[in-house]
Amino acid sequence: MTVSNSTSEHLLEVRNLKKYFPIKGGLMRRTVAEVKALDGVSFSIKKGETLGLVGESGCGKTTTGRTVLRLIPPSGGQVLFEGQDVLKASAGQMRVLRRNMQIVFQDPYASLNPRIPVGQSIAEGLKIHNIGTPRERLDQVAQVLERVGLNSSHMRRFPHEFSGGQRQRIGIARALVMQPKLIVCDEPVSALDVSIQAQVLNLLNDLQKDLGLTYLFIAHNLSVVEHISNRVGVMYLGRMVELSSRDQLFRKPMHPYTKALMSAIPLPDPTIKRDRIILEGDVPSPVNPPSGCRFHPRCWLAQDICKHDDPAFEEKEPGHFVACHFAQG
Amino acid sequence: MAQSDVLLKLKGVKTYFFTDEGTVHAVDGLDFQVRRGETLGIVGESGCGKSVTSMSILRLLGKTGKVIEGEIMFDGENLLDLSEEEMRKIRGNRISMIFQQPTTCLNPVFRIGEQIIEALQIHQGLSGEEANKRTIELLTLVGLPDPVRRMRSFPHEISGGQAQRVMIAMALACNPELLIADEPTTALDVTIQAQILDLMRELREKVNTAIILITHDLGVVAEMAENVMVMYAGRAVEYAPVHALFEAPKHPYTQGLIASTPVLGNVRDELETIPGQVPSLLNPPAGCRFASRCAHRMDQCTQEEPPLIKLEGDRLVRCWLY
Repeated sequence: MTVSNSTSEHLLEVRNLKKYFPIKGGLMRRTVAEVKALDGVSFSIKKGETLGLVGESGCGKTTTGRTVLRLIPPSGGQVLFEGQDVLKASAGQMRVLRRNMQIVFQDPYASLNPRIPVGQSIAEGLKIHNIGTPRERLDQVAQVLERVGLNSSHMRRFPHEFSGGQRQRIGIARALVMQPKLIVCDEPVSALDVSIQAQVLNLLNDLQKDLGLTYLFIAHNLSVVEHISNRVGVMYLGRMVELSSRDQLFRKPMHPYTKALMSAIPLPDPTIKRDRIILEGDVPSPVNPPSGCRFHPRCWLAQDICKHDDPAFEEKEPGHFVACHFAQG
Repeated sequence: MAQSDVLLKLKGVKTYFFTDEGTVHAVDGLDFQVRRGETLGIVGESGCGKSVTSMSILRLLGKTGKVIEGEIMFDGENLLDLSEEEMRKIRGNRISMIFQQPTTCLNPVFRIGEQIIEALQIHQGLSGEEANKRTIELLTLVGLPDPVRRMRSFPHEISGGQAQRVMIAMALACNPELLIADEPTTALDVTIQAQILDLMRELREKVNTAIILITHDLGVVAEMAENVMVMYAGRAVEYAPVHALFEAPKHPYTQGLIASTPVLGNVRDELETIPGQVPSLLNPPAGCRFASRCAHRMDQCTQEEPPLIKLEGDRLVRCWLY
């Protein structure tokens, strides 16, 4: 596959991305071990598409989002944004790239500076990039606040004057004001109540339709991810274990972990009685991941081969990638 | 039904917090009851008063909070009339509680076994050896792997799911008549949540404890509860058996809550939303507290608060539509 060929369709391509966090110890603070937070993750996102990433704590979904934006340096792999290698970009190139790639964080309380009015927080990016005069920046902030369903007069208020849902709208406004092509949404609704969560999800959907945005949507809640995504990737212990179109993945999951994850979700309908797959034990430590397939100690389909051979991430059906020796629909 | 069938009965309970900014009407007139062996789910969003309700029952409100009105009858006794010492004999013994953050509820400087043994010695007067034996039994019951060795672990050495199992073991140590579970699985991953819910179901059958399950997750309620109370801004707005509630929610808030929840395998283009936000409990609005967000609002709603209206099939709803 050549780079020029892929750029026409894909906005973002991630190839074999790795991130190891060192664990320092001993007298000399030497690296004694590594947390393999991301261990070879590949995926791509088309323009205007939403790719959902799901998985449980410690699976590497947040690290994926941050490494893609180069907020943390990767240990290996490639990230191509419109064909340009993000990880090799110079400081100047990076500055241009950052305008196009924005992030919305999980905790709208922690991600806004409590000491400055929210208008200033939103305008910060514009200022850093020297976009417009102060007057024009003010107009843009006002516009973007209205766009996310707030009032332009809100720009003079401080973060503590807003509710959680409103703060998340401000977080979205801050990303939006840069007119990005890609927004990484890292658990944007998990701190919100259900009724407010629905408001924010609908807003994200509307913005995508109107502005042609591309989302990398990271969440642990499968129902939310199913609602918002075009394609979905399931991660487990630093690896992508399954990746497919939304309908294919939710109707016909192939990886045993995906199946277990789906069956574990309590449905708000007491009349449904399902056969639940209850996984035993906890997620193993990413410092010392299991040999072979990382899921094998908890997998009910595991055979000898799973203990020794790491299954390849293969396309089992068109557009449906699975890493499992015994994947079945 | 005989009187003794009702284990817990709240009558007109008001819990207020007296803060620098004013009086927070956290729970503002609450009535409900729990029968022996029943599982009652309490649902609602942040600030609706569901956790304050449980803290009021256990009288764990701290300095600023106070139950200023009402009765909390537990097995024929008003908990609000008891002395602190009498209350201590009930807490952790006849009524116990599981919290949302298991790891912060365990004392970090004691081994987990010691913490359960302590409860058994205080409440049940067991000898050290008996308590030790019973602790191993309890940890086995809640499915903690290798309990004899695990007893000697400190809380930081076990995972969140395991810590919640320990909390459940501790809560069940004295065979409580009532277990209050406040968001017991919210901090856990889904696959671990499934394990814990499964465990709670299994234990409910074995020990026949009444459970008050407090959660914001409609899925968890649908799966676990027999009856459900929906709370909004310090008030109960709807009360119904679980099947009836999900089949035909009556209160506009309950309807909105169910419609705004994305459901796995049932994708809609646009989620229903409830416009606006929860009113401040410093100055709760007159009339129905949901009125400002309600699509069915009438003049009456902003003037007069509706009472809990009785409907067919053991249902109650606080709305002028009925």
